[in-house]
Amino acid sequence: MKRYRIHYKKTSALRYTGNLDMQKVWERTIRRGKLPVTYTQGFHPQPRLNQACPLPLGMTSRDEILDIWLDQDLEPAEVFSKMAKAAPPGVELDRVEEIELSLPSIQTRIRSSEYMAQLLSPFETTDLEPVVQQLLSAGTLPRIRRNKPYDLRPLVEELEFLSSEGGNSIRMLLAAREGATGRPEEVLEQLGVDPVCARVERTKLVL
Amino acid sequence: MPLLDNTLIKEMVEKILLRVQKPGRYVGGELNQVVKPWEQISTKVALVFPDIYDIGVSNLGLAILYEELNDLPDVLAERAYLPWLDMEDLMRQDNIPLFSLESSHALADFDVIGISIPYENLNTNTLNLLDLCCIPLYSRERNSNHPLIIAGGHSCYNPEPMADFIDAFVIGEGEGAMSEISGVYQAWKASGAPRGELFQALAGISGVYVPSLYEVAYNDDHTVKRIQPIHPSAPLQVNKRVCAKLPPPPTRLIVPTVDIVHNRVSVEIMRGCSRGCRFCHAGMINRPVRERPVEEVVRAVEAALDNTGFEEIALLSLSSSDYRRISELVQTLGEKFEDENLKISLPSLRIESFSIDLLEKLRDHRSGGFTLAPEAATERMRNIINKPITSSQLLETVHEIYSRGWLTIKLYFMIGHPSETLEDVREIVQLCKAVMAEGRRSLGRKASLHVGISTFVPKAHTPFQWVACDQKAQIEEKICLLKSELKGPGIKMNWTDPDETMFESWLSRGDRRMGSVIYYAWKNGAKFDAWQDHFNLSAWQQAFEQTGLEPYFYNHRQREIEETLPWDHIRIGVSKKFLAREYAKSQAGKLTEDCSQVCSACGILGIYGASRETSVDFDWKCPPLKEAQL
Repeated sequence: MKRYRIHYKKTSALRYTGNLDMQKVWERTIRRGKLPVTYTQGFHPQPRLNQACPLPLGMTSRDEILDIWLDQDLEPAEVFSKMAKAAPPGVELDRVEEIELSLPSIQTRIRSSEYMAQLLSPFETTDLEPVVQQLLSAGTLPRIRRNKPYDLRPLVEELEFLSSEGGNSIRMLLAAREGATGRPEEVLEQLGVDPVCARVERTKLVL
Repeated sequence: MPLLDNTLIKEMVEKILLRVQKPGRYVGGELNQVVKPWEQISTKVALVFPDIYDIGVSNLGLAILYEELNDLPDVLAERAYLPWLDMEDLMRQDNIPLFSLESSHALADFDVIGISIPYENLNTNTLNLLDLCCIPLYSRERNSNHPLIIAGGHSCYNPEPMADFIDAFVIGEGEGAMSEISGVYQAWKASGAPRGELFQALAGISGVYVPSLYEVAYNDDHTVKRIQPIHPSAPLQVNKRVCAKLPPPPTRLIVPTVDIVHNRVSVEIMRGCSRGCRFCHAGMINRPVRERPVEEVVRAVEAALDNTGFEEIALLSLSSSDYRRISELVQTLGEKFEDENLKISLPSLRIESFSIDLLEKLRDHRSGGFTLAPEAATERMRNIINKPITSSQLLETVHEIYSRGWLTIKLYFMIGHPSETLEDVREIVQLCKAVMAEGRRSLGRKASLHVGISTFVPKAHTPFQWVACDQKAQIEEKICLLKSELKGPGIKMNWTDPDETMFESWLSRGDRRMGSVIYYAWKNGAKFDAWQDHFNLSAWQQAFEQTGLEPYFYNHRQREIEETLPWDHIRIGVSKKFLAREYAKSQAGKLTEDCSQVCSACGILGIYGASRETSVDFDWKCPPLKEAQL
């Protein structure tokens, strides 16, 4: 058995496919690519794969990671070409590497995620610099999510307002550790921006 | 209202997507979607299923048309489904018209809209769909600036209830029909002639019914007096379209990236059924019986799996056991995909141990239960509906199923057949208890039994098209009896809501006047009638009051054999004479043999015999016809 790490981009309409449904998207990609994937044992064998750090619905990503296990020893280049050929619209493969079977799951290795939020109407020309600074200088940012109070401030590692010809955007580096995950839409709300008025992309997973 | 261009629609939709459940329903972009250059293609067809994405994507009829139309160089076909309630609200709020998934164009921007209406409970959805497109609902209110509205599918074999809203129906099998229609449309568009001429030209296509070219006259007792063409281009009667030879099945199926109902590859192995169950609409309208050769099915399965990567396939037909080379097919597929963790399902199996052998060959892991449909529990009822299996045969099969390791058996029964009494219904209880006892003997407490009770609704073009549907009180009494007696450890039962049965029975044999009931029901808020939680009985009752039509007339009235039925001008190949003969035999408790064994002269060969395919692989299952029967 071999384990491979696949780095890819998630784009276009596929951003509306959630993490759970992505499991099926990958299973079908592997089937189309005829890759000798390892199946789990039991009544309902499932292909053995592992996705890192669920991407919130509606967001694209330039840096996603998937681990798959194969029964055969294939060159990463071959895994890459088979997967790339079989990938559905919205998946763009960047690279494939073989990794140690014993490595812990990706989820436990990720420390933070970087997001870029491109601001749409009516916020595309709003100057958010003051609110960004305000957020950064706050000691605590108590918020309630799904009826649970929490502090957003320690989850925001970096926050930056970017203004350009093409429109304004926000760069944020948020904690993505187990039990301490910052959500970009929460940050946007804190900044007074309705999250549906921003196109958010995950730009980096920091391991 | 001026139409919004597709870029704007896309932007507006993007803003609301994160406020609805499952936004993946509304974005398209799936594998095997076909996007052609809009500006360069002359004829644009939207294919629509009038229910949500989750139900519509797997519709095989639309998949066939999507492939066929997109293969034409000068036609493009895109898809649309109805938005779910949350999305509909937001779309209406922001004035977003219904749009196609491929290119986000407003449906009203297409030349032709083809709607699949397989069941009557999609009628109000069809009106809602037109409304969401900002297209006038009534055909007579539309003009050359509006798309041509075409409908097809099983419920359109009685097109009359929807006749006011649809410009042209495709009666029968859709293969080739939409291509012909788009050809006629192109010629008409190039000619610049008035819309009426398009309708007349369409009426010349085989199987196409243009309701506005026919006039219906009624008798004083409200029955139909006659339905006749009012233009020479319209044929007296419309014969359904039939493929003499089934073309290869579609294999470039859409692969959804959100979960849907029937999330799998479907391959139709056979069309039609030779059993002749008298209540069965599909069994009558889909004659003659035609099979696809094993080699073609296997090739299609392989190609579809290569193209899609689905982990499950379903082999579809009305009666899988009757496919002549079923063992060979199942063996071949079982061996070919042995190590691929592929789930193969084979629905509609006969009640015999051979069916168990078949599923074993497919390595069915027995978790889903084994489904059988005896439909009736007494010999008397079985003779009436022409489904002759014996209780001992059922019990033997059940014994085999449980003892070979299936923990759950699902049995389907239908109540409300003509002349059924409470005694017949009580026998269902007895039979189910006997089945459960078999389970106990083989498996002890692990055995379970699921009983599905549906209620018979008389359908057009069947031997029971004349009979009165059970009254609601009768149905309730029968269900009540089942509920109180059919219980015990391991037994689960579900049933159809009698109100929904009433609703279906109004529409299934409706005439053209029913259109106004559908219209008012929709106005009163009826939509998603197929969704139990959303079925709105009072909207329908109120609609009957508003139109002055009597529901009783449509569902509880026994028709005379001589009566002109609202669908008499639609011919399915099976003759009215044959249906009447079958009805008489039913009343006499007489069986009719499987028509692959003995021809009972249903009329199919009389109309379509000349096109009969006689090559070995594609031969129809009709036995040679005796001279006297022609």
